Amino acid sequence: MRKFSLLDHNSVPKHEIMQEDEVRSVLGNYQIEKEQLPKLKESDPVTKELGAEVGDVVKITRISQTAGESLYYRLVIE
Amino acid sequence: MAISEATIESMTKNLALPNNILNTLREDGLKVGVSKKEMEEIIERIMESYEYACVEPCEAVGVVSAQSIGEPGTQMTMRTFHYAGVAEINVTLGLPRLIEIVDARKSPSTPMMTVALAEGYSTDRDKARAVAWEIEATHVEHLADVTTDLANMQLIIDLNGKVLAQRNMDIDDIAEKLRDGLGVSITSPDVVENQLIITPDAPSYRGLLQLAKNIHTIILKGIEGIKRVVIRKDGDEYTLYTEGSALKDVLQIEGIAATRTYTNNIVETNDVFGIEAARNSIIKEAIDTLNEQGLTVDIRHIMLVADIMTCDGEVKQIGRHGISGEKASVFARAAFEVTVNHLLDAGMRGNVDELNGVTENIIVGQPIKLGTGDVHLIAKRNGD
Repeated sequence: MRKFSLLDHNSVPKHEIMQEDEVRSVLGNYQIEKEQLPKLKESDPVTKELGAEVGDVVKITRISQTAGESLYYRLVIE
Repeated sequence: MAISEATIESMTKNLALPNNILNTLREDGLKVGVSKKEMEEIIERIMESYEYACVEPCEAVGVVSAQSIGEPGTQMTMRTFHYAGVAEINVTLGLPRLIEIVDARKSPSTPMMTVALAEGYSTDRDKARAVAWEIEATHVEHLADVTTDLANMQLIIDLNGKVLAQRNMDIDDIAEKLRDGLGVSITSPDVVENQLIITPDAPSYRGLLQLAKNIHTIILKGIEGIKRVVIRKDGDEYTLYTEGSALKDVLQIEGIAATRTYTNNIVETNDVFGIEAARNSIIKEAIDTLNEQGLTVDIRHIMLVADIMTCDGEVKQIGRHGISGEKASVFARAAFEVTVNHLLDAGMRGNVDELNGVTENIIVGQPIKLGTGDVHLIAKRNGD
């Protein structure tokens, strides 16, 4: 079986698992709870590749046509 | 006097602007050679315009999006099924394709992959062809004439030696694939070259005809579901376009560039590359479909749709079984489709509608929480 990193694929933006304090500052910035973030499934291939666990928040750096680069956050759920 | 790059950098560092604008500002500022005072003025003007261009709080962006996509949608060709697309492969375009995208169908009516080739393969036509043969599903009719010999109760397969060599296959492979697939004994006569003879175990007239039919379903080489592979030269690179989509299998093939392989099947993209790739795919497919029809819709509207469809970690359709069907309000759901069912179910369960959304408040005739309607004034009396 040939292996390549999914994160290298052209259509997959950069994903990173966030540290607790970073998560808190983002949530504070938007004044929301963790559960209000968009979700990322545990079964998602990228989640598996990252090794993220349920409850982690993943920071996604999207290449955006309008903003150049934009940040998005997803909470890993079951 | 022009200011240095470092000064521009420090002046623009803390601005609340998207990267695109910041980069243009920095580059142009440096190129033109502005003074500090000019730069300050430029920044001020940019901030003003940016603020003016931003969406106002409490604006109904969803409705604006729906109208902005819906209106051009009315001008789309109603029936452009199988319009000739890239490289002689037919792809569904126009309104049917747009509907397919927002409905998040499991498989589109014309699945298609774009397979980029790895270094060493992408510039060599013969190697590209060899990879294409690995991908395209090869059946017995591509390689041979099959004759049903009723007199001797057997199938005679006359293989075309030239085609075999071209596709880099040999007769033993084929015999084995057929043996495994059909569960019959296969002999190859010594007198005739490139011939296989299939004899059913229990000879019966019906069995033989059934066998003659089944033999065409066996895949001798390639990937199931890939009906055709077309090679096309884009720039200096050969790229493969496939009719049919099987991302997972194609990624295992030697010689392809896995990081640049693309399918127009959004659900499949989600399964293989994840939700973010699926979101990108929705945006790309929708914009391409609209642009092909000569319609320009701002990408922000499409991005909003894609975000809504993917925000729960799976690709959800816009419609009764997806976004609209999951609304919390009974009235909002009833206003969309299958009104009676929703009202009846809610009545039986004794559901309560909190009247938080827009639709339900319009139904009961109250002010809606949009724009100025969402702003509340609270009076603070002295002494309280």
